[in-house]
Amino acid sequence: MSGRIEVNGTWRDVSSEADTPLLYVLRDELALNGAKYGCGLGQCGACTVLVDDEAVFSCVTPLAMVDGRRITTLEGLGSAASPGPIQQAFIEEQAAQCGFCIPGMIMRTAALLRKDAHPGEAQIRKALHPNLCRCGTHMRILRAAMKAAKA
Amino acid sequence: MRRAFGLPAATAALALLTLGSCATGDHAPLAGLDAPPGPRAFDAALVKRGAELAAIGNCRTCHTAAGGRAFAGGLPLETPFGTIYSTNITPDPQTGIGRWSEEAFRRAMREGVDRAGHHLYPAFPYDRFTLVTDEDDRAIYAYLMTRPPVESRPPANRIRFPFNVRAFIGAWKALYFKPGPYRPDPAHDAAWNRGAYLAEGLGHCSSCHTPRNALGAERADRHFDGGEAEGWHAYAINAGSNAPVPWTVEALRAYLRRGWQPEHGVSRGPMAPVTHELAAANDADVRDLARYVVALMDGRQGAAAERGAEAPGDGSAGARLYESACVQCHDGVRPLPFGGIALSRSIGVAGESPRNLANVILYGLPAADATTAPIMPGYAGAMTDAQVAELARWMRARFTDKPPWEGLERIVAEARRAGPKGAQAVAGGAGVDPARTGESR
Repeated sequence: MSGRIEVNGTWRDVSSEADTPLLYVLRDELALNGAKYGCGLGQCGACTVLVDDEAVFSCVTPLAMVDGRRITTLEGLGSAASPGPIQQAFIEEQAAQCGFCIPGMIMRTAALLRKDAHPGEAQIRKALHPNLCRCGTHMRILRAAMKAAKA
Repeated sequence: MRRAFGLPAATAALALLTLGSCATGDHAPLAGLDAPPGPRAFDAALVKRGAELAAIGNCRTCHTAAGGRAFAGGLPLETPFGTIYSTNITPDPQTGIGRWSEEAFRRAMREGVDRAGHHLYPAFPYDRFTLVTDEDDRAIYAYLMTRPPVESRPPANRIRFPFNVRAFIGAWKALYFKPGPYRPDPAHDAAWNRGAYLAEGLGHCSSCHTPRNALGAERADRHFDGGEAEGWHAYAINAGSNAPVPWTVEALRAYLRRGWQPEHGVSRGPMAPVTHELAAANDADVRDLARYVVALMDGRQGAAAERGAEAPGDGSAGARLYESACVQCHDGVRPLPFGGIALSRSIGVAGESPRNLANVILYGLPAADATTAPIMPGYAGAMTDAQVAELARWMRARFTDKPPWEGLERIVAEARRAGPKGAQAVAGGAGVDPARTGESR
């Protein structure tokens, strides 16, 4: 199958099979490596991207499901040279240790802030609940998300 | 239970209230104990029996708030009449039932009246608990009075007029409540009667599995025809059961105690805490209960020829979604509970309502805390309502010989609106915890 998805504001024609996980389309076909492969079961959140404005596990989301939709990845929020506000907050709080979970944490935070620009700590904790960090930097991640929410 | 409260019902309620205020008064208060009897006042064997019975009654689930201490109450129960907070049934003398005598406890179970003599809301299923024998009430009382006392006062109920007038409950009871313990049916053997006693009484299966009328009473004419609970459908468990695989006593016993069974799938929604509790129940009790319910289902379910799980590529949108997102787990090699059930065996697809299927597609099966349990990612973010409906419609046609669901789009939209609240895993969920069940796989 070929599909057409809007990725970070640009329409892209992709040629992956219909059942290819969106994560593979992004990484292998479009060379957008921000989203990470963690568990492959939709249980850890490292692969989180936005479909329209919702956070989804891209590792269990087949291309056929999101054909014609609007996708936002980590790269859509800013760049290393010019990080977006959420990314900047994560840098300032030194939220990353190994960094593997961080793209998912940032995307999950972005999804929350699109719904509620100024969430409290309880809302942030609840929103980030599906995402796991194995280094244990949760408190820094939480601080970063709170900083982004105040920005 | 969830529908908006209509005008005819409100009118009926007002009429009832009038009736209630002249016909049914409160009961006499019963004297309080000077102090809680304390754990030494009860025989250990009686307490153990009470624990097994309380597991069948599922007391803990309603009488424990999220993150709260066991039995300390405060869980909000949303009803069409308002929000009722469960009470503290720990033996705390001020905020719990520490000063309740056994007689007061038995009266609450049998008659739906608190120690002070006030009518209790039937959210506490005394319409079912009234069947419990004195002997079993004594054991449950012993169990509860030996739990750690917790000082905790639940928030005040938020019930709409006229339901907030306690006399209304008196009238409700006059209409719908028949007090009195279980009377064995001599046409059946002791095991059947034991099962009927547990299923109809303490187990209060019909509280969810029987539809209710506009005033929230079980419809006796539709006993076990299937009902609604917290945004989930409780399937029919009588001869109208749509289970695609006939239940056997052993299968139902195992499902009730473990929260899953390889031929039938996993328990989720409000049934998850039920099976979680039943893991601690007495095995012979659960077997009797299962035997009774299986007899009610009459072996008629599963009459449909089972269809193969393999999906031909018919090229439709539903088939494409199934083949790309579902098939890896649901037609895979991993057995339950960690793989998905073949959907030809799923009551979620064959059942009378698509609500549970919509809930699970949208919100998945969240991982349960502190136990191994089935998991499924939810697709609420990735799938549109139209896609969910298309997939559900295709599954229904592909895996069952049932007619298409009516109102599928509306029900998917309702599930979306309700959010994942009802889909959250309980602690333990449909967990597989051999330490708790004492069973080997």
